[in-house]
Order: sequence, then structure tokens, then C-alpha cells
Amino acid sequence: MADTSHGTGGLPFDEKKRSIPGEVNIFFALILIVVIFEVLGQVLPYMDNQSFLFDTRDRFDSIFNEARLRIIILQVSIIGIIALGVTQVIISGGIDLSSGPLVGATAMIVMSFAQTEFVNGNPNPKAVFGEWAFDLPVLIPVLVGLAFGAFIGAINGSLIAYTRIPPFIATLGMFLICRGIAQAWTRGKPVSFPTEGYAALGKGMMPVFWFIGLAFVLHIIMRYTIHGKHTYAVGSNEDAARMSGINVQRHKVRVYMIASMLAAFAAVILSSKNLTAQSGMGIFYELYAIAMAVIGGVSLTGGRGSIIGTVLGAMVFGVIQSGFTYVKLDAFFQLMAMGAIIISAVVLDKYRQERAATRS
Amino acid sequence: MSDIILETKGLTKHYGGVHALNDADFVLQKGEHVAIMGDNGAGKSTFVRQITGVEQRTSGEVIFDGQPVHFSGPIDAREAGIETVFQTLALADHLDVPDNLFLGREKTKFDWLGPFRFLDYKAMRKDTMGALEKTGVKIPNIRNTIERMSGGQRQCVAIARTASFASKLTIMDEPTAALGVQETAQVENIIRSLKEQGEPLILISHNMRQVMDLVDRIIVFRRGRIVANLRKEETDGQDVVAYITGAKTGAEYEGAA
Repeated sequence: MADTSHGTGGLPFDEKKRSIPGEVNIFFALILIVVIFEVLGQVLPYMDNQSFLFDTRDRFDSIFNEARLRIIILQVSIIGIIALGVTQVIISGGIDLSSGPLVGATAMIVMSFAQTEFVNGNPNPKAVFGEWAFDLPVLIPVLVGLAFGAFIGAINGSLIAYTRIPPFIATLGMFLICRGIAQAWTRGKPVSFPTEGYAALGKGMMPVFWFIGLAFVLHIIMRYTIHGKHTYAVGSNEDAARMSGINVQRHKVRVYMIASMLAAFAAVILSSKNLTAQSGMGIFYELYAIAMAVIGGVSLTGGRGSIIGTVLGAMVFGVIQSGFTYVKLDAFFQLMAMGAIIISAVVLDKYRQERAATRS
Repeated sequence: MSDIILETKGLTKHYGGVHALNDADFVLQKGEHVAIMGDNGAGKSTFVRQITGVEQRTSGEVIFDGQPVHFSGPIDAREAGIETVFQTLALADHLDVPDNLFLGREKTKFDWLGPFRFLDYKAMRKDTMGALEKTGVKIPNIRNTIERMSGGQRQCVAIARTASFASKLTIMDEPTAALGVQETAQVENIIRSLKEQGEPLILISHNMRQVMDLVDRIIVFRRGRIVANLRKEETDGQDVVAYITGAKTGAEYEGAA
């Protein structure tokens, strides 16, 4: 009798009828999408019997098409880090549109503190600052980046919490401001040639490890700490949260700060991986990050969602994107198809929630 | 210290030109259950809002537990020991029962982690079971989210939340207004258990039978004034209705309304 420890009054509780967590559905959706692409690969006349995720060259060491798997997971990781922060923003009932441009601005700033003095024996042609900023220890650019992220996040959060303007407007303004900062920093010139230590942060599969590690930390925070619980409470019923003595305003500031710091960290990893920073970096990232969260079952009305869901949502996102390329869908149509998929994800989720509500 | 838990002297609230509450003198003894009745707009809710700090009074005095108080908000009042169950439930729909019961006062471990300190789910679940048993609330699975519960279960959770924390005074604003027969009975049981525990209560209700069943004393409001203060044994339903509608006015309140 497992249920006796969870109920009072001796009312019956059917353990079997407990609702399936949404994450399970997303996982099945992920498998379904892979199957669809596998089938398409066999059916479409121009596909030459390739497999989407499995090895077709009869290698003996692996049954998977590792190159593609690697690309999918790498593609997803950096935006995925942003999506982790965006997840808690959306759960708290807000939205953050500024994360993409924040990636651009942070990358420019951070890279300026990560430059090496000599490139192949010649002075660094892209130097931003003077001599003092060359060959600094890795920690300095990273801390500068996180501090900048925290600063932007604090402004976002304070605007939303204290002036009570809609999060959409506050972060839309910050979207433009950050893109402006990114362009003004060097008047549009790229910043390149980082130190070896800095380049190591995003080398090879490092972005994936950062993503998985941070996802784990955020999962613990959202699930097991007071910050997570209050984030759900604020998103679920802000008045109730306030009446319960939660400092809603301070909490919102913290939520947006964490989100922006994660976006800033994504910028560090991205610029390290690319060995350069450009003012146009991170275009569409804010929307992709929101899409990952939404596909992962995070409700735009707040209060519902999880980090596990977002990680699965990111995988779905990556698989779809890669699948489109695999079936040789024209790049021009990929954006349209992506948009359609995001809309259907929200519609499906809404339908599922309404059904769950009427059933109980 | 005296046996008076709450006293108001000349409590008055004007909304612009509207005198929603005029000169209300009210006394609540420790352990006493009092009902506030009156027509819509008679000033019942306004009266409660001044006590709980949801609104700031125009004039008058509130003395709680022997001290003159000036709550700047409902959280202030809660910290002082006044628990209120509002007409609109203050529950987070996406959270389960222990989460809601302990919202804003969670039990935590590793407190040095500050805002990231860990929740002690086990202790909170245990205390939740205890609180629900104590108040006789029946919930099949406390780990269900509130949105999956019936109106009655929600109300019970809201009331259990109020009752499970050692408060000095509980205020309920029409707790059974939207409930079915069985659910109403459950809420009334909780109120009786509060009585047995000697916790004072102010109950706003339109339900005459409920009031006659549950409370010791009935205060009638009419047009922003207290017009009657009746001991339950000395009155009956018809009598109270007469005061509510204005057919009668208490002797000591003559000329008030």
C-alpha cells in the first residue's frame, strides 16, 4: 500500500491512474521523430538508402552514425545552456527575449579580455585594448562575462519586478540595447585570437559537457531548492506567493539574473569554440531557446515545466533541425517548418492540459 | 493580560465619499468564535480588510493581543499571528499540498546555501499528513497538484494551511460560499476542531444554519455600521434576519443606522 503514506481520510487513490509526467511524452515524441526521419530516408527516392542516425557503412565499432549524433548534440548544447535559464524565467511567468543579443554583446566584451598578444609571432591584428589586456588568465574573461550577464539580468529583473512593465517589453528593449552594445563595442569589427586557455573552454565536445553539467545543476535547483519552489509558486499564482510572504520582486530579479548569466556563459563557450566574436552572434538564439523550452513542455502561462523537459525539448529541436538537412530540405524552408513545429507543440500541449483538467 | 485577543475602537474606513465602515467597536475574547453577518455591501469584508492590513483604515484603533497594531500589509498581520482564508483562494495551482501548506515558510536543509537551500520534502510531507489528520481533511493523495482537486478539497487545503500554523486568530471570509453539501460539512468540521483547540475565529458567512451551528456570538453589520451583537443562545434566525434587513436595531446601537 504505497498510497497510504500520501493520503488522508482513507479515500481510495488509484496509483495506476496517476497522470504520466509530461517528460515521458516528449521522450516518445523524440523517438517518433527519429523514426519518421528513418522512414523518410528509406522512402524518399533521392535518399540512396542512407540511415538517419544509424551506421550504414558497416563499421565494426559502432552501430550509430556518430558524426551526425555529434553534430546534433553539439548544435543543441550552446543554445541549450540559454534554454536552461529561459526555462526558469518562463516557469516564473515571464519571458526573456534579450538572451540572443546578450550572447553577441557578451562574446564581444569577453573576447576582448581573452586575446593573446602574438599570433604566429606577429602582434594580434584584432587587439581591442592595450598591452594590459593580453594573455590574462582564463578566469578573468569568464568572470567579466558572468558579471556582465548578471548586470543585464539585474536590469531586466528590476524593470519587470519594480516598474511592473510586461517582461516582453522590458526584454525586447534589452534585446535592442544588447545588440547595440555588441555593435558599438568595436564599431562592428570582429574580435579574435584568444589565448589557448580560453580556447580550451569550448574545444571539441566541451560545450556538450557544460550543457549536461549545467542542466544537472539547474535541475537540482528547480526541483530541490527554495529558489526552484518559489519560481514555480510565483509563476503559478503570484498573489498567493506574495500573500505567503515570498519576496516576489527580489525573486524575479534573481530569476532574470540567473537566466542572463547562463546566456553570458553560453557566449563564452560559443566564442571560445569559434575562436572569434562577432557582433552578429546569437541571432535567433532567444527564440530557439524559448522554442526548446516550449517543445519541452514549459507552459508560457507559467508554473509548469521542468529542466528535464527542456533538455528533451532541446534534443527534439536538434533532431528536427538535423533531420531537415538529412532529407535535404531546402534551408529556406527549414525556418518555416521549424515555426510550424513550434506552434504545433504549443497547441498540442494546450490541448493535453485542457483534457487533463476536464478529466479530473 | 486580559482575555481579549482583538479589539477595535471606532474603526472607520471611507472610500472617497463612501463611508464603507463607520465607528466599529468590536471585541473578541480568546477562544471565542464570532460570526459577522450582513447584506452585501454592509461592510463585513471592509471590516476584515482593515484588521488584516489589506487596506489602511481611515481612523480608529485596532488592538491585537494587547498591543495597538498598524499592519502595513497582510504579511505583517500574518507574522503577528492573524491567519486569513480569503474568498479567492491563495493557493498555487501547479504545486501539491505540502508545497502549498508550507509556501513561504518551507522547511529547509543546508541553510548556508541561502536562496538555494534545499527543501526538506520528507519533513514537510510528514507535517502535512499530521495537519490534515488533525483537521480531518480528506485528500486521497497529497502529492497531487491543487489543479487536480475539487473545490472543496482546495478550500480544505487553504483552511488546513491556516489552521496548521500556530496562529492567534483565524479569519475566514465566506469559506463555504462555493462548496457542495459534503464539502461544506468538511469545512465546518475543521471549524469545530479549531473551537476545540481554543483558537479564536472570525467567520464571515451568509449561511444562517452554519452560523447558528458553529459560533458563540453574531455581529450584524448594516450600511457600514455594527447594528447588533447577539449571543447565540439569546437569538434565532428570524431575529438575526430582522437585524440584517433593518427591521430591528440593537438597543445599544439605537440611532446608529
